[in-house]
Amino acid sequence: MRYLPLSPGERAAMLRAIGRQSIQELFEPIPESLRLSGPLKLPGPMSEPEILEFFRRAAEESSPDYVSFLGAGAYSHYRPVAVDSLLSRGEFFTAYTPYQAEIAQGTLQAMFEFQTLMAQLTGMDVANASLYDGSTAATEAVLMGLRILGGRRVLVARSVHPEYRQVLRTYLQHQDVETVEIPFSASGQLDLDKLEKELKAGPACLLVQSPNFVGALEPTSKISGLVQGAEGLVIVAVAEPLSLAVVQPPTEADIVCGEAQSFGVAVAYGGPYVGFLAAKAQYVRQVPGRLVGETRDTEGRRGYVLTLATREQHIRREKATSNICTNQSLCALAATIYLALLGKRGLKALAEQNLAKAHYAAQELAAVPGVSAAFTAPFFNEFSIRAPRKVDRLLAALGDEKIIGGLKLERFYPELKDHVLIAVTETARRMDLDRMVRTYRRVLAADPPPARQSAKATPSGEPVAR
Amino acid sequence: MIKSIQSARPHVTRNEDLIFELSAPGKRGAELAPLDVPALSAGEALGPELARGEIEGFPEVSELEVIRHFTRLSTWNYGVDTGLYPLGSCTMKYNPRVNEVAARLEGLATLHPYAPAELAQGCLRVLHETARCLAEITGMDAVSLQPAAGAQGELTGILIIRAYLQERGQPREFVLVPDSAHGTNPASVAISGYKVRNLKSNARGCVDLSELEHAMTEDVAGLMLTNPNTLGVFESEIRKIADLVHAKGGLLYMDGANMNALVGVAQPASFGVDVMHLNLHKTFTTPHGGGGPGSGPVAVRKFLDPYLPSPVVARDSDGRYFLNANRPKSIGRVRAFCGNFGMAVRALAYILANGAEGLKQTTEDAVLNANYIRARLKDLYELPYDAPSLHECVFSDSRQAAKGVRTGDIAKRLVDYGFHPYTTSFPLIVPGAMMIEPTESASKAELDAFIEAMRAIAAEAEEDPELVRQAPHTTRVTRLDGTAAARKPVLRWRP
Repeated sequence: MRYLPLSPGERAAMLRAIGRQSIQELFEPIPESLRLSGPLKLPGPMSEPEILEFFRRAAEESSPDYVSFLGAGAYSHYRPVAVDSLLSRGEFFTAYTPYQAEIAQGTLQAMFEFQTLMAQLTGMDVANASLYDGSTAATEAVLMGLRILGGRRVLVARSVHPEYRQVLRTYLQHQDVETVEIPFSASGQLDLDKLEKELKAGPACLLVQSPNFVGALEPTSKISGLVQGAEGLVIVAVAEPLSLAVVQPPTEADIVCGEAQSFGVAVAYGGPYVGFLAAKAQYVRQVPGRLVGETRDTEGRRGYVLTLATREQHIRREKATSNICTNQSLCALAATIYLALLGKRGLKALAEQNLAKAHYAAQELAAVPGVSAAFTAPFFNEFSIRAPRKVDRLLAALGDEKIIGGLKLERFYPELKDHVLIAVTETARRMDLDRMVRTYRRVLAADPPPARQSAKATPSGEPVAR
Repeated sequence: MIKSIQSARPHVTRNEDLIFELSAPGKRGAELAPLDVPALSAGEALGPELARGEIEGFPEVSELEVIRHFTRLSTWNYGVDTGLYPLGSCTMKYNPRVNEVAARLEGLATLHPYAPAELAQGCLRVLHETARCLAEITGMDAVSLQPAAGAQGELTGILIIRAYLQERGQPREFVLVPDSAHGTNPASVAISGYKVRNLKSNARGCVDLSELEHAMTEDVAGLMLTNPNTLGVFESEIRKIADLVHAKGGLLYMDGANMNALVGVAQPASFGVDVMHLNLHKTFTTPHGGGGPGSGPVAVRKFLDPYLPSPVVARDSDGRYFLNANRPKSIGRVRAFCGNFGMAVRALAYILANGAEGLKQTTEDAVLNANYIRARLKDLYELPYDAPSLHECVFSDSRQAAKGVRTGDIAKRLVDYGFHPYTTSFPLIVPGAMMIEPTESASKAELDAFIEAMRAIAAEAEEDPELVRQAPHTTRVTRLDGTAAARKPVLRWRP
């Protein structure tokens, strides 16, 4: 086996050196009745070209030639080649969690930079060294918020990513916590009347997402004021962090968490991604996961170490702030490299390209008879449209053109029949956007909607929510 | 000229500033393609209230500076690629390069997780095949690849036990956790709504059957057991342990962190294990990445299949793969999308490269290497538990401690000899623990060099303990002040 560095002669010599006749002797602590008598039924062994052939076939069956307008928490952005080039350095990707600080300063300094970048981006004081993904970051943020508040009540916006809410439900199911869902209004934003009503029932922890799942940007400053005025705690989740380059960060929130996949991490059928969690300084001892801190060595030189470990499972065991051990360090490194490359101006310019392309697509689509913008709230690079009774046909027609046209919102929101969630990033070419719009026109013209319906669906018509 | 010599410092490769300190206005390391739609500024699109100005403190550097910055940082790290990395319980083995290429193939690296199943057959097949191989390796019946890391796998497994017992009327109150367990075990139990009941190990460092009999009452949901345990010792009474737990209506959870001692040799299903997790980043060569991403698949016996996280990858009658979310008894979802898919690609590439015979040889080499180290160091270092061990061995610093040299000091001194340290101070049942797991990825020459280094350090501890206590002496920075870091935390750069 090519990965194994022992020769048959060395194996024999080592056995002799330890006074054993055969390798089987070393396995004698395992009762014989529990040992396998024959080989496992597994494919292989394969040479390198065979392995690549196997995965190339799988890759070909994974639609590499399609244009996709799917977002919904996983965004396709261009990844500069320097990202993978640097990630591929063995000193980074074959290292362990940096417990031995003197020979892990590379990882530690990069994580310190990641924490700084996330704090700058979110407008928070501190950020951790990553969590698994956006869904678990949102969940950990709620658990942290409940610890800070000493509370048992969570308000969750219905417009938070449905899978984030599913994960939250899994983690909270045995935690004696009351969860209340806050709906969204016709604008696509949080229903503030409902929020205020729920806040009257006592302090609670609110989880809201911005841009939210249907694409709407939330008035996080106003929301924070309402919740904190009622002695509650505000958590803002961000699934598309590129938005923070052009949108005011939720500086009034107590915790900002989310998914940083957009920053140089491949879409890769859902993972690995990289969750982040940032917070106000006074909450730092309640933060889950790893934290890197600056310190000095015995000669006064600056260096970095994992710190505040007394929050963590290897010290506190069942009293830890989280059970997390391994996090997403290499993906956090990818984000750090990506953000360093794009930089202050590049990231903003990139975010403005996303804004421009998404708004172009939204306008062009809403101008198609039979299509309307679903919500009125401002949006970043993702928006929802409504096409009464035609959504399946539209998506099928786009599929014929090798375009994945977006996500049917009905999948997660039964009340949003006829709605499609569309993400347009800088990777979308105008010719593909125009092709999508032409397909909409063709499908809807071939089968014009009833007059009543079409009047309601013109771009100037009232947007329809839910 | 004299002046420049006076101001000379060690070369920048050993003195790299933070990326923020390298910044100068107007530089950038990436260019965008020209915009092919009408331009739109944040102010125009969002209004002045919502639009953000510049991000304060964000770096501005060129591409070359980014390359040099991170390349320099990388050289301050020690990786498996650098040399022997004998961190016990972490299984720091070779990360095959072909895995990385496979995971980056267009299609596998680019497909969106919400792509319709008919466009995702390749990705789904990879997940299905990985799960099937892991089921065969463990002997279990069903596998979920959703958990993002080992700790999340543990949580998933305990939630499954809870859901199963709940359906039978009573979730019960406690989970038994041996005192030798990883810290994640009790932490995962706490999130599942159970209380931890600690189980004291016996004189061999294994589960004490009479303790277990006493502790395993009818309010106990089950036992979380690492096997081989954190001493590297196989729990040879495992069948009796399983019977005791089952007799009281509890379930047996196995922490598969040490599966590198068992693959191809024994299947946990035959031990009486009901549910377990694996660490793809330990046993199955997906890289540790400086602390992740990992992947913590959960394997269960058939009767627990309905409780696995939703969705699961399934196959219809025409042989097409799909994500089945119609799982009414499922514990729910533990992570968005399909888990760490890229890690499944890498693990499957590793399994394919080896085949059954290669995996078995790998296990044998891992166990041989650990026993070789053990045999050649036991005259100089105290072996607190002398039961035969498999893939790792645990010494204590008790002999060296007499001279004031502790496990952490010996670990730091190993760095000067060119090795990554072993795991220090774990498991907790061994005071001053030195936990050594060489894995199969060590040549005999490297093992011999490591053994020589350990023997030299034992001599230094006798003759010049201060030398060891001040180590490392050869690194870019000397020992770092962890106490100061925690007392007044500085967790970010500020201008």
